[in-house]
Amino acid sequence: MGTAPGLCTRLQGIYQISTQVGLAYTPAAMPIDIDIAHVARLARLDLTAEELEGYKAQLGVILDHAAQVQSLEGGPREESAHPLGIVNAFRQDERRPSLDRDEVLSQAPETENGYFVVPPAMEAE
Amino acid sequence: MTLHEMTIAEAGGRLRAGEVSSSDLLEATLDRASRTEAQLHAYLTIDRERARGAARQADAELEDGLDRGPLHGIPVALKDNMCTRGVETTASSQILAGYIPPYDATVTRKLKEAGAVIVGKTNLDEFAMGSSTENSAYGASYNPWDISRIPGGSSGGSAAAVAVGSAFAALGSDTGGSIRQPASLTGVVGLKPTYGTVSRYGLIAFASSLDQIGPLSRSVEDAAFTLEAIWGHDPMDATSYAGEYPNLSAALNSGVSGLKVGVVRELAGEGYEPAVESAVSVMVDKLSDAGAAVVEVSLPTFDIALSAYYLIAPAEASANLARFDGVRYGHRGEGTTTESLMARTRAEGFGPEVTRRVLLGTYALSAGYYDAFYGQAQKVRSAIQEDFARAYGIVDVLVSPTSPTVAFEAGARVDDPLAMYLSDICTIPSNLAGHPAISIPIGLDHQNLPIGFQVMAPALGETVMFQVAAAVESLAGFADRPILEELAS
Repeated sequence: MGTAPGLCTRLQGIYQISTQVGLAYTPAAMPIDIDIAHVARLARLDLTAEELEGYKAQLGVILDHAAQVQSLEGGPREESAHPLGIVNAFRQDERRPSLDRDEVLSQAPETENGYFVVPPAMEAE
Repeated sequence: MTLHEMTIAEAGGRLRAGEVSSSDLLEATLDRASRTEAQLHAYLTIDRERARGAARQADAELEDGLDRGPLHGIPVALKDNMCTRGVETTASSQILAGYIPPYDATVTRKLKEAGAVIVGKTNLDEFAMGSSTENSAYGASYNPWDISRIPGGSSGGSAAAVAVGSAFAALGSDTGGSIRQPASLTGVVGLKPTYGTVSRYGLIAFASSLDQIGPLSRSVEDAAFTLEAIWGHDPMDATSYAGEYPNLSAALNSGVSGLKVGVVRELAGEGYEPAVESAVSVMVDKLSDAGAAVVEVSLPTFDIALSAYYLIAPAEASANLARFDGVRYGHRGEGTTTESLMARTRAEGFGPEVTRRVLLGTYALSAGYYDAFYGQAQKVRSAIQEDFARAYGIVDVLVSPTSPTVAFEAGARVDDPLAMYLSDICTIPSNLAGHPAISIPIGLDHQNLPIGFQVMAPALGETVMFQVAAAVESLAGFADRPILEELAS
C-alpha cells in the first residue's frame, strides 16, 4: 500500500513526513495462541464450544493483522490520551437533582424496595 | 423542488417567509418516510405524535416572534445510540430491546433547545460496530441509490434518511469513520468534529477515547448549522472542551486561494477503486485551479492505523459494554448465580460482531498480552499524532478519498470481518488523533453510486476544514439525488 499515488497530478512538492518511524513487519513474527474459553470467561460470555471455535479462528485472522502494530520502531513514546490535553475535569461541588429513582428502576428486569434484585453470588450447597 | 429535497437553509427561508410551516415540513418528511421505509429501513422508531407536537410548538413560537435559529422547525433524526427520554433507545441491540432512557443525551436536549423537530431514531450497526448497518439486530438498512447495496455504517440509517429526504439532517456517531463513510456512500455531507467539542453524555459508549457525535446533512452549510447547534462545553462530559470554539459561518465563502492542501500518499493505490481515485484526483486539480497549493504528503504510520484501531476500539468496547449484564436495564437471561445470569444475558443479547469485538478487546487487555497489543497500539496512536503534527506544519488541510470504494452489495463482506474493517482505512487516522474530518459528495461513478471526498484538519481546525469543504462542494457542483421508486404510502 502507499506506493501507487494516483491522486495528484499537479504537485508543487512532495513531503515525506515521518523520519522517526520504521515499519518492519514480518507476519509470522509472533504466533498468536488464544485460550478462547478463558477469554470468554473473562468477558462473561456463555458461548457454546462451536461458537468459541468460530470466534477463535476469526480472532486469529484479525490479531495477525493487528500485530502489525509491533512493527513500529523508534524511541519510547508516551501513550496518548486527549488530543487537547484535557485532564482532571471536575464540576463544581454543589447539589443538583439526580435522575428520578422510580423512572430508573422501571427499566430493571427485577427490583424490590428500591433495590436491583439478582440471584445469589454463589451456588447453594 | 419538493419540500423533502430542500436544504435546511432553503426550508428555513420558506419557513420565515411564511410560505410553509414546520408542520408542513414534518408532514412532507413523514410522507417521504412512509413511501421509502419499506425499501430502506433507515429508521428503528418514528415518533409521529411527539414530532407533530414539536412542530406545532415551533410554529407557535415563530408566530410569537421567537426564532431559535437555523434549526427552528426543521425535522431531524437521531442515531439510535443517543438517549431520548421516554423514547425507546436500543443501539440496534437485542440487549437493549425496550429500553426507555430516563434522560436526554446532551445533543438531544440541545437539538430541542434549537427548535429542531425530532422525527425518530435511525438504524445502526449494533453498538455502532460495523461499516454497513448490516449488524443491526433489527435488520439491515439499504442504500437509496441502489437498494441491493448497503448505505455504509455504522450511521447508515441516518445517512439513508438524509439522502432520501426522510430527514433534513441527522446526527451520527463516528468512532472510526461511522459518520463519514456512510455519508460518502449515500452522497451526503458528514463530519466528525474535534474530539471533545460535542458532548458524549447520553451517547451509548463504544470506544470512549474515539467516539464523537456529528451531523449528516445535504449541504456543507447545513452541517455547520447543525454542528453549531450541538457543540459546546458540557460539564456532564469529563472530556468536554471548555475553551474558545471555532467560527464556522465566516468560513463558508472564503475560497481556497493561498491555502496549502496535502494529498495523503498512503490513502491511494491497492484496494482503491479507479473511479474513486479519478474523482478525487479531478477535485484536487480543481482545488489547485482555484488557487490552493497542492502537495503530496506521506504519513507512513497511516499504514498501521487500522491495526492500532482494531486493538484500541475493541479494548475500550470490552470495558464499556461490561455494563450490559441484565441487572439494571435491558434483556436478562436465566441463571442460578449472578455470574451465570450475566454470562447468559450477554451471550443472548449481543450479536456476533459485538461478541467478536468484546472477545478481541478482552484478549488485547488480558494479562500477558497487554504490552504486545494494547500498549503497542497506544504507541502507534502517538506516532500517528506526531505524523499529523508534522504534516500540519507544512499544510493547512489533508485530503483523501473518504472510502476506498463506493457502496458495496449487501452481504458482500458480512462473513469477512477484516474486509469489512478495511472500509474505514481512510477515516480511522483522524479518530486516533482526535482531529476533525468531513466527507463531501463530489460525483457518481458509472453505476450512479456516490463518491465522497475527505478533508482532514488539525484539532479545532474546523474553520479551515469548512472553508475547504465549502469550496469542494461548490467546485463539485454535486446536485444529484437518489432516484428511488416511491411506494404508495
